[in-house]
Amino acid sequence: MNMLKKILIVLAAMTMPSLAMAQTANPAPAPVTKEIAAPVVATPAAAVPETAAPAASAEAAAPKSMDGSLPGYTPMKPTEGIGMPKPKEIDFQEQFSENGQYAKWINNSILLPIITVISLFVLGLLLWVIIRFNRRANPVPSKTTHNTFIEIVWTLVPVLILLGIAYPSLDLLAKQFKPAPADAVTIKVTGYQWYWGYSYPDHGGFEVVSNMLKEKGDVAPGERFRTENDGPGQLAVDNRMVVPAGVPLRIQTTAADVIHAFAVPSLWFKLDAVPGRLNEKSLTITKPGVYFGQCSELCGARHGFMPIAVEALPPEKFAAWVKAQGGQMPGEAAAAAASPAPAVAATPAAAATTPSAAPAAAVTK
Amino acid sequence: MTTIAATGADLHAHDHHDADHKPGFFARWFMSTNHKDIGTLYLIFAIFAGIVGGAISGLMRMELAEPGIQYLQSWASMMAGKDASMDEAYHMWNVLITAHGLIMVFFMVMPAIIGGFGNWFVPLMIGAPDMAFPRMNNISFWLTVVAFIMLLGSSFVPGGTGLGAGTGWTVYAPLSTSGSVGPAVDMAIFSLHLAGAASILGAINFITTIFNMRAPGMTLHKMPLFVWSVLVTAFLLLLALPVLAAAITMLLVDRNFGGAFFDASAGGDPVLYQHLFWFFGHPEVYIMILPGFGIISQIVATFSRKPVFGYLGMAYAMVAIGVVGFVVWAHHMFTTGMSVDMKMYFTAATMVIAVPTGIKIFSWIATMWGGSVSFKTPMVWAMGFIFMFTVGGVTGVVLANGGLDDNLHDTYYVVAHFHYVLSLGAVFSLFAGFYYWFGKMSGRHLNEFLGHLHFWVFFIGVNVLFFPMHFLGNSGMPRRYPDYPEAFAYWNGVASTGYAIMAVGVLIFFINVFWSLAAGRRAEENYWGEGATTLEWTLSSPPPYHQFETLPVIK
Repeated sequence: MNMLKKILIVLAAMTMPSLAMAQTANPAPAPVTKEIAAPVVATPAAAVPETAAPAASAEAAAPKSMDGSLPGYTPMKPTEGIGMPKPKEIDFQEQFSENGQYAKWINNSILLPIITVISLFVLGLLLWVIIRFNRRANPVPSKTTHNTFIEIVWTLVPVLILLGIAYPSLDLLAKQFKPAPADAVTIKVTGYQWYWGYSYPDHGGFEVVSNMLKEKGDVAPGERFRTENDGPGQLAVDNRMVVPAGVPLRIQTTAADVIHAFAVPSLWFKLDAVPGRLNEKSLTITKPGVYFGQCSELCGARHGFMPIAVEALPPEKFAAWVKAQGGQMPGEAAAAAASPAPAVAATPAAAATTPSAAPAAAVTK
Repeated sequence: MTTIAATGADLHAHDHHDADHKPGFFARWFMSTNHKDIGTLYLIFAIFAGIVGGAISGLMRMELAEPGIQYLQSWASMMAGKDASMDEAYHMWNVLITAHGLIMVFFMVMPAIIGGFGNWFVPLMIGAPDMAFPRMNNISFWLTVVAFIMLLGSSFVPGGTGLGAGTGWTVYAPLSTSGSVGPAVDMAIFSLHLAGAASILGAINFITTIFNMRAPGMTLHKMPLFVWSVLVTAFLLLLALPVLAAAITMLLVDRNFGGAFFDASAGGDPVLYQHLFWFFGHPEVYIMILPGFGIISQIVATFSRKPVFGYLGMAYAMVAIGVVGFVVWAHHMFTTGMSVDMKMYFTAATMVIAVPTGIKIFSWIATMWGGSVSFKTPMVWAMGFIFMFTVGGVTGVVLANGGLDDNLHDTYYVVAHFHYVLSLGAVFSLFAGFYYWFGKMSGRHLNEFLGHLHFWVFFIGVNVLFFPMHFLGNSGMPRRYPDYPEAFAYWNGVASTGYAIMAVGVLIFFINVFWSLAAGRRAEENYWGEGATTLEWTLSSPPPYHQFETLPVIK
């Protein structure tokens, strides 16, 4: 009886994507109307809770810093060629997660040599046919149509090669699916048309809204534009997803309207953000730095213009950033818990953050 | 021995008394029930659709040649007849990628390879006078035409942010439901319904024809491999397309009748759509390539003057590819958040396909081995196919690994992979088949020099076009982007140059076709000589309007 139950549970787990669970309070898909044709990025950048901490009321527009800095936090300057594509690059970007380094090694040291040798082998055989078996060199064709031995060889050898590939490949999958430890830092990523929201349920539940930065010539006077400090064009954002480096992260993704995909090539991380689902994957970033990515699931007109920037900071600097956002670290007293609440509720995407705010409270006790 | 020894060499001599009686122009081309005429119509249609789809990819490569938005806004303004906003321009991009994908899959490759060559040569190769259901054959063709008109029409009606359906060829919900307001997506869905219905009717026709109308003595195990390939393809169509029809009908219900199959806020699941779509979509890629495998087998055997090596292995490798092709679909969905068990299963199952595919590649080479190979144009294309398909195949093995796909999914690496198996695989087999059978179909020879020139220019062009996309994908450039960071500029520029080279190749092809139709040397009945042993080479070029009124007998 017990056995049967177990089998049923296993079967259920196999038929259902076990990491994806229905989200309780799913925000209704934003009605798509003509208003999206508005020429400027009209997303609620003004409502970003970045200024919520000291001067809470003045979050409208005027005192926003032109470089994204906050009291106690200055955005890190990205290093050229790190965490971003390089011109004329033919290889994967340098990896900054252990699984990423392992995956890149599997490709570059196992798969790439194998597929190169196979392709060159086939090319070599074709060239040999051209030289040796052309009509002039071999006027009388042989009549061979079968050779059981060679047919078995060219069936079995590929099977063995594939088994050789499957071993590290499945091992990589197992590593990628290792769940994050209970004390991992949770970041809930929400895809919107066409920007990202990053909420921090372990740190008070505030949400950072992240929009692509426009070039100097494309903004109204007084509006923030991209500088070299922010990163390359089309990758730089106004508010980055700030995380601690060297600490396990629990990245959860969901979406408010259509499917998006949260992808950062230098971390070997890609996870779809699907409305009504909460996908989860663990990630540990090995070094502080800025790692850029782009939305990787077609999500409408501005699909190409909702980049991702992950800023990994040493844990103490991350704590300072959390403070600057009006949140608090999980260890801190619950006394402070009440104060940032109104600021959270004021964000337009409050509906999306509420479900994850509940587990946050549980952690902070 | 599986050589098909035709004994009907002189049979057509007996039936030419009234076999060439053709109906008038309108009745012949618009009410046709003749498999050869319908095949010709399909080929002309596919070439036309290919020009449209190819021109669209030209627009895309033009815009992508340099970073920044150069042309999109003016094109969108042209389409809309008013000044288009930036968002409408970006939407236009999505319409272009959607149209390119759908046209090339449903209106170029499939009509050419199944409707065109399948219609022309399946009855000829099995010694049948025509297809089993000639009128159904006709409606298959005209439904495809109407479907194409529907799809083109969709780009002139509102589709959300701008004109046209900008959902990608995959039509993922909820972008295609709540994310796209306006009739464009409905029209695109109807277009797929019609094209799907046409293909299902065609599949029924081919299965019936092949099972019931083979000439006396032609057992299944004596059938030419092209016929085998069409038979397997027809079964894939019959099993896969109804699932697509169901999925897109559910989209229509969600869009128009308050359904919630894929609406999470009402208890539906967007990922369900992806499962349904790819349950069709993965067999679909084999639908596009299997008849190509068949064509390559015929050509390699003909020009090596040797029977196909391992005939049974070749036939059943295609059956195996067809069967396994139905149980690997979720490798298109590795990043949707599936469980580790599912990801491991789909990784392993996908890699299995490499085995029968390898058997085919090695059997083709073994067919040439020891042969007396002449490098006529079709053979050159076939050899190009074998190499390029291998390159596209091995990158498929890389993508099969769910853990690696986490980085490569939806990047240009995937674009490079599927263009290597389609644009350098399926399209090479189409050109190979065209050069192989053009004389048989038209009665005129194509020019050998222009054919070789076409091959080399096209071969260099598509490689310069698609090979750098592997690099872009490794480096992290996502698909379906109208613009990109400066760092991707170099390889994008190279790729756009490759497009221009390829376009010159296509131009040479058309010059060759028009030249030979006007002034080409007349083709005799078996112009490829002793290596060409299938039944179509026992008939005149072009074959009589009705052939095999007395059935040939196969030894």
